[in-house]
Formats: sequence, C-alpha cells, structure tokens
Amino acid sequence: MPGSLVLVTVHVPDIRISQPQLQPEPPIPDIQKLAGESTSDVSAVRKFLLSRGNSSIADAVFHWLMVLCGLSIFAIVALIAVELVLRSQLSWQKFGLSFFYQAFTDPETHLPMFWDPVNEHFSALPFVYGTLVSSFLALLISVPLAIGLAIFLTEMCPLALRGPLAFLTELLAAIPSVIYGLWAVFVLVPLLRTHVNPFLIHAFGWTGLFNDENPTGLGFLSAGVILAIMILPIISSLTREVMTAVPYSQREAVLALGATRWEMIRMGVLRNARIGIVGGIILGLGRALGETMAVAMVIGNTPEIHRSLLSNGSTMSAVIANEYAEAVSDMHFSALTEIGLALFIITIIVNALAQLLIWMVTRGTPSQVH
Amino acid sequence: MNEEKFKFRSRMRALTDNSVTALSILATVIVVAPLVAIFVYLVYKGASSLNLDFFTQIPKPVGETGGGMANAIWGSALLLLLASTIGVPVGIGGGIFLAEYGRGTKLANAVRFTADVLNGVPSIVMGVAVYALIVKAHIPFLPFTGHFSGFSGGVALGIMMIPTVCRTTEEMLLMVPHAVREAALGLGVPNWRSVLSITVKTASPGIITGCMLAFARVAGETAPLIFTALGNSFWSSNLNQPIAALPLQIYVYALSPYDDWHRLAWAGALVLIVLIVLAVSLVRYVTSRGVLKGAS
Repeated sequence: MPGSLVLVTVHVPDIRISQPQLQPEPPIPDIQKLAGESTSDVSAVRKFLLSRGNSSIADAVFHWLMVLCGLSIFAIVALIAVELVLRSQLSWQKFGLSFFYQAFTDPETHLPMFWDPVNEHFSALPFVYGTLVSSFLALLISVPLAIGLAIFLTEMCPLALRGPLAFLTELLAAIPSVIYGLWAVFVLVPLLRTHVNPFLIHAFGWTGLFNDENPTGLGFLSAGVILAIMILPIISSLTREVMTAVPYSQREAVLALGATRWEMIRMGVLRNARIGIVGGIILGLGRALGETMAVAMVIGNTPEIHRSLLSNGSTMSAVIANEYAEAVSDMHFSALTEIGLALFIITIIVNALAQLLIWMVTRGTPSQVH
Repeated sequence: MNEEKFKFRSRMRALTDNSVTALSILATVIVVAPLVAIFVYLVYKGASSLNLDFFTQIPKPVGETGGGMANAIWGSALLLLLASTIGVPVGIGGGIFLAEYGRGTKLANAVRFTADVLNGVPSIVMGVAVYALIVKAHIPFLPFTGHFSGFSGGVALGIMMIPTVCRTTEEMLLMVPHAVREAALGLGVPNWRSVLSITVKTASPGIITGCMLAFARVAGETAPLIFTALGNSFWSSNLNQPIAALPLQIYVYALSPYDDWHRLAWAGALVLIVLIVLAVSLVRYVTSRGVLKGAS
C-alpha cells in the first residue's frame, strides 16, 4: 500500500552486555583461628601480616591521645578562667562592678583616691584609663604606618626588597617585650625627653594634653610609642596577608578601566580587604592591651589619672607585674587577680573578634605559614 | 566635561598617585628605622659588654663591678627544658589531631579557633593563673605547690607554648601531600604508625622549626616569670626553689641605678636576640626552601 504508513515493529534484541554473575566471595577465614593454626592454605604473606598483630587497639589509643591533646587547649582556657574567677571573689564581693569605674575619697585629704593597699581600698579605674590611653595612642601611631608598609610591600616594592623587608618586620615581631623595654628606657625615653616633649609642650601645650609637670620623659606617650613599635609588625603582616588574598583579577579589572595605581589599590585591594584589615588592627589592639613588660618599664607606674599624655600613669598589666609578687593582703591579691580576669576577658573577646574578621577574608585561600 | 577640566583631573589623579607612593615609602622608612636602630644599638651595646665572665660568673653583690649571668642562663635553660617537655608533645599532639583526625570537623574548628585566641591572651594573665594554681595554692603532699618555684615558671611557659606549637604543626602537616599518606596506608601500615613515621616525619623539618620558634618566643617571656620563678641571684638548679632567668634578670638590671648592671642587661639582651634571630631565620629558611615540596 504505497503512501500509507506502515508501522513495522522491529524486534531489537537485547544487546546489553549481560553482567557476569558475581560469585559470592569466599568466606573470610577467621583471623584468630588462622593465627593459631598453621594450615597450608595460608600464604606466607598473610601469615607474616597476621604475625604483626592487630593494630586496632593501638590506633584507637593513638587517636584518642591526639584528641586529648587537642582538647587540652579547652582545658587551659577553662583552667585560667576558673582560677581567676575563684581568686578574685573577695574583691568582687566587696567592690562589685564599681571596681572598674569608681574612685573613693581619701578620708584625710578628701581627694579622690584609687589604689590604697594599706587601707584595702581598690579601684581599677586609673589602670583601665592607662591601658585605654596607651593602646589608643599606639593604634593612632601604628595603623597608618602599618597600612602604608603593607601597601608598599604588596603593591609597590621591587621583588628584591620584599623578602628582606618582610623578614625584618617578622624579626620585629619576635623581639621580646623586655628588650623593647630596655631599648625604650635607654634610648627612646631620653630622646622623647630632650627633643620631642619640649616641642609638643611648646606647640600643643594649649590643648592640655601636654604639660611640663613631669620632666622624666616616662609616661603615657612613651608607653604609646613603644607599644606602637611593638604592634606595628602584627598589624602590617596581617594586612599584607589579607591584601595578598585579594584575587589578581580584581586589580587587573580596575587597572583595565584606566585607574592609576593608587586608585587600583583603593578600589581593587583595600575595599576588598577592609574587613581583614580591621581584623588585623583589632588583633594589634589585643596585643597592645595585654602588653606588659615594655609598658611597665616606661609608663612610670603611678595609679593616677592625668589629662596630660606626658604624665606618669599605669596600666592593668603593669600594675599586676609590679605588685602581684608582693601583694600585702588577700584583698590586694584578689583585686589584682580581678584586674587579670578583666584583662583575660577583654583580650579573649578582642582576639575572637579579630580571628573571625580575618577568617572571613582569608577562608578562600590556603592557610599560610608564617 | 571640557578638556581643561579633564586635564586638571588627570593631573590631580597623577599627583595623588605619586604622593601615596611617596607616603607609603615614607611609612616603610619610618617603620624600618627604629628596627635598625634597635638592632644596631643592641649589637653595639651588647657586644661591647659581652665577655667570658658573662657566661661563667654569677652576679656580684651591689657595688662590685664584673660578674655575669651564668646562673640566669642556666636557670633559663632549665625552665625552657621543662616548658618544652610540657609544650612540645602536647602541642604536636594537638596539631596532629587538627590535621589528621579532626580535619573539617566542628570540634577541630573549635580547637583551632580557641588556640588562636589563646595565642593572643597576654602572658601576664598566664602568669597570674599559674600563680593562683601552683604558687598560692598550698596542696598538702603535693610537691612544688605553696611557694615560688622554677617549676611553676616552667609550667607557665609550657602552657604558653602549646597553642603556638599546635598551630604550626597543623600548618606543616597540611602541606604533606595526600599521596604520601595513601602510599603508607596502601602498604598496610597501621594508621598511627603512618601518622608518626610517614606524615610527621615528612613534615618534621617544619615542625622542628615551629617548635624552635615557640621556644624562642617563650625564651624572652618575662611577665609570667615575675611571680612564678621569681628570680635568684645565686646559682640554683633546684626547680622547687626560686630560680634565675635571663629575661627576668634583664628586667631587674635595666631598672637598677647601676651602670655595671645596665651593661649586663645589654649583654643579656644580645644573647636573647641572637637566639631569636637564629630561630626566625631557620623558620624562614625551611619554609621558603620548601623542604616538603620534594615529597609531592
């Protein structure tokens, strides 16, 4: 029938390759049994392996030992927290939260007093003030320098210079606090005393921030400067790390639009890395808040509050370093421990925040070895 | 925008660009200057005060010149030995846990985060905690408690080493290629044996230098020792008694009014800094040379 559709059913044979039937595996011989008897159907290799014993117990023990080592980190944090809380109970019960913001009046002179170990009156206010002022000064000095250094190292520096400069800043981070303190006592403080302070008093004396009541050169400014030198490498190396983590395509895209190098850095790099840079700055702040030895050596160690940056003061860590070993009473000891507890809590919060911010930026890139 | 304005804008942009370049170079100079100043001054002062007496004599009484810091060097060595026996095994174990067993798990992330945070806790807080735990607490029948001792100082330093060692070990282990682990396991090596003899061994140059870095860092720590090891002006090897330590001695001497003690402080600082520069350079050498690359 031409023109009409003929439906032809073609029988297509099943061309799928039939899978070979899986043979049931031979039953695994009982290991214990085999180890005991020496039948001839056990190969020499298997016999050797069986003679080596079973490693599952050793594996489990090793695994849990490592887990335990990892958990020791939590144990340390818990231990510190518990010890500090327990040992600061006495002062906490007597002064409460006002320990950190209230001064008391001296019964004889009717002047505000802060720290009187003899009569067991304690207030951490001057130390909180000193810590904040010196850390803030340090950030003020070091942040612009650190970011400038990081920009220079990542974007402008000739390759031949990059290695040595990065190495130098790394070294700066590894110098112990006490050596910075030594240098500050013998070089920085005399320098500030003879050259910088007179100029500051002359030029900015009217602000009240600089006066000439304290001619020693010790004080908040010296502490701030040495702290700035100490936290600079930390901020700078972290800034460098997050700036390196910004993909090159970002830089190329901005450059392709006709931007100058600074515009490329501003729009392509700094804008993308800003969260990480803030993280680095906060990490530097954490370091500055807890830094002890260098500050204790140059700040003057008096529990007073002054407006002038050139006057003596003290910080939370410095007062612990100076008085802890010679605490005269349980209350004195407890008050110092409470300052330590406050320092612990503040630095934990600050560091956790910084780690989170840095992690947000660098999580895409493989971890770097410093 | 007319041409005049455009030209002006271009010139301003170029000017900004150049001034930022100048500013960042200036910042670099300002940063590098104090570092160079510190180093030059330290080497100059330290080298002119360093002599054989420094390593062989104990401090002379006030008023007499001469003497050295032999007892402080010895005390520091003992403290660091104790600290390393605590910090290195536990830290490496924690690093193995992070890199080999817990990789990617929530627990490992929590441990890593806590280790990083613990790294930022001021050393003085560590000292306060150890003081409260060992020096202040008098537990009957337990040795080393109830008084200042070298032991408590060593414990404080050891605890401080743990997070640093832990994190560097992890980073080094992560650089070991997977193929190495698989090869070991494929040969039927037990898991623990493969971790210790293959993975850790491959990464060992990095791990050792990481430990050295942590070692150098705690070698310069003063704050936790002030009220644990306390210091001692005589020769002492007894960890149950106050013991001298180099950074502690530097601190005390720097604040003293005697020129001769200042001289000794500078010499001590030079010794410390040489130790630290060595450690940092070694770390840099090992990580930049890529010892681990040969394994891939």
